[in-house]
Amino acid sequence: MAERKVTVESEVGLHARPAATFVQTATRAPVDVTVRKVGGDGRVASARSILSVLALDVRYGDTIVISAEGDGAEAVLDQLVEIVSVP
Amino acid sequence: MGAVLRGSGVSPGAGYGPVYLLAGAIPEPPAGQRHDGDAVAEKKRATAALARVADDLEARGERAGGTARDVLSAQAMMARDPGLEVGVAELVDTGTAGPRAVFEAFGRYRELLAAVGGYLAERVADLDDIRDRTIAVLTGLPMPGVPEHAAEPYVLVARDLAPADTAVLNRDLVAAFVTEEGGPTSHTAILARAMGVPAVVGCAGATGLVAGDRVLVDGAAGTVTVEPARERVDAVLGAAAARQAALTATTGPGATADGFAVPLLANIGGPRDLAAALAHGAEGVGLYRTEFLFLDRAEAPSEVEQEAAYRAVFEAFPGGRVVVRTLDAGADKPLAFLPPPGEEPNPALGERGLRMFRRYPDMMASQLGALARAVTGTTALPYVMAPMVATVEEAAWFAEACHQAGLATAGIMIEVPSAALRARDLAAAVDFFSIGTNDLTQYTLAADRQVSAVAELQDPWHPAVLDLIALAAEGAAAAGKPCGVCGEAAADPVLACVLTGLGVTSLSMGAPALPWVRAALARHTVEQCRAAAVAARGATTATQAKDAARGALPGLAELGL
Repeated sequence: MAERKVTVESEVGLHARPAATFVQTATRAPVDVTVRKVGGDGRVASARSILSVLALDVRYGDTIVISAEGDGAEAVLDQLVEIVSVP
Repeated sequence: MGAVLRGSGVSPGAGYGPVYLLAGAIPEPPAGQRHDGDAVAEKKRATAALARVADDLEARGERAGGTARDVLSAQAMMARDPGLEVGVAELVDTGTAGPRAVFEAFGRYRELLAAVGGYLAERVADLDDIRDRTIAVLTGLPMPGVPEHAAEPYVLVARDLAPADTAVLNRDLVAAFVTEEGGPTSHTAILARAMGVPAVVGCAGATGLVAGDRVLVDGAAGTVTVEPARERVDAVLGAAAARQAALTATTGPGATADGFAVPLLANIGGPRDLAAALAHGAEGVGLYRTEFLFLDRAEAPSEVEQEAAYRAVFEAFPGGRVVVRTLDAGADKPLAFLPPPGEEPNPALGERGLRMFRRYPDMMASQLGALARAVTGTTALPYVMAPMVATVEEAAWFAEACHQAGLATAGIMIEVPSAALRARDLAAAVDFFSIGTNDLTQYTLAADRQVSAVAELQDPWHPAVLDLIALAAEGAAAAGKPCGVCGEAAADPVLACVLTGLGVTSLSMGAPALPWVRAALARHTVEQCRAAAVAARGATTATQAKDAARGALPGLAELGL
């Protein structure tokens, strides 16, 4: 299981355009990706589900954990980290 | 004249035309609705309906372009959410009919988003729209939609407008929007402003209007008049046109008709608000709310990060005034990186603003240090002020800390009645005042801003509030110190004239209000402003104060105010 812990630098958090890009990228990936918020209610969201991702209510400065398993996991996690790291 | 409905005016201007009622809500498919046993076919139908709605939303977005395209493609993405498809499939497998399964699957996400509140709660309307469209496809009902042709511009009336409804609207065919629900950040409001369509939202009784009846919509005042007299229509539409012309005609620094300068400044929450401030001709910043840097995060922002945010603002106004308010947090706006504040029965009266800095002096030192470094090398004039100051000791303590940090101009917010009542004493201890009218009103009328049941008392026109503003301005003037206003009151063009008449020396507001206030001031002499202030203070109620002030300000009519 590959995992990345990352602080969200996008000013609008994981909402609006960053959320859309995040989900589109996960949808194109060959593996399932999940995301949860550190300090949240423990809910794990599928990164392909825009509604679940929005409902995590990830804001600027929050830390999230993104996980995936299988071939290509590392690559997609790197892409997703990049998306949320853009201010 | 006919009945008048009231709501929130969220997009200024006036519109007049026949009511077009948007097709009512799609009825909820009955609970317990079952399909005929072919689960595979039913799932296929439901999936196809979701895909069709997504495609349709995307196509509408492409036709509309601009902001609407982003909004609609985000909605299309929701319709394609795999979680919905799975949810629908599970329900259909247990025998639930497609339309009911769609309704219930959406319901789960609806609850999640509504529970988060705020921005996401307003996205619930988007989700409901996708759900209703999908159910319409499945049940053969007509999709909600607006007429693409009309003999004359109509007033579009609905419970709430979905982005898909407004996106393909022909601007030339729409006189105004009126919705029963929705707030200032609803899609109706955002798109109305983007399209320049007058709009009133949250208008109780709107969906009871009769199709074809003529209504006059005032998007500034938030009123909808049913079957108005012709003279009234001419007057309002004429005023709207004149107002537009007058607004664009008045430019430059804020001043009264006889040249008495009243600098017009912008309220900002961070560097991202600078573009709007500059676009509306702000002469500087009158309130930089720094708490947005600190809220909603696990650790305190580093001094380097603070410095960068402050510097961006200082650099935007070379030679201009930038009034920075130090961190305003407390039990109502807790900070995650500080120990949780004790339970306070009334956070508005608790340990907030400067009071919190007295407990955490290191945080104040860190913020003042970052400010002092950020201004180095820029030509901005930094004014630093503390919120929630009640006594001379607090004021002197803060001013001393600022001066020691190398910040020469230290001031305080006047929000607590004690500070206004003893303004002469406090003025001697600091370099300037800025009156926060929202909190000053809350504390003067003892009406919590968070309690909607007492919202009527939250009116800065109340003569008691005006008296305190006058005291603060007089206290500052006696000591030769400036006294601005940075609350919502400054954004009301009528009240802005009264504040000037009370002796306020600068006005700071959300950027979109700047042209209105600039135009209102330019149409009155300082003597007229003073007369309006005297008239308002001579009244006994907030409503009478406003009426009295309006009566003393003849130039308002030209602006349709």
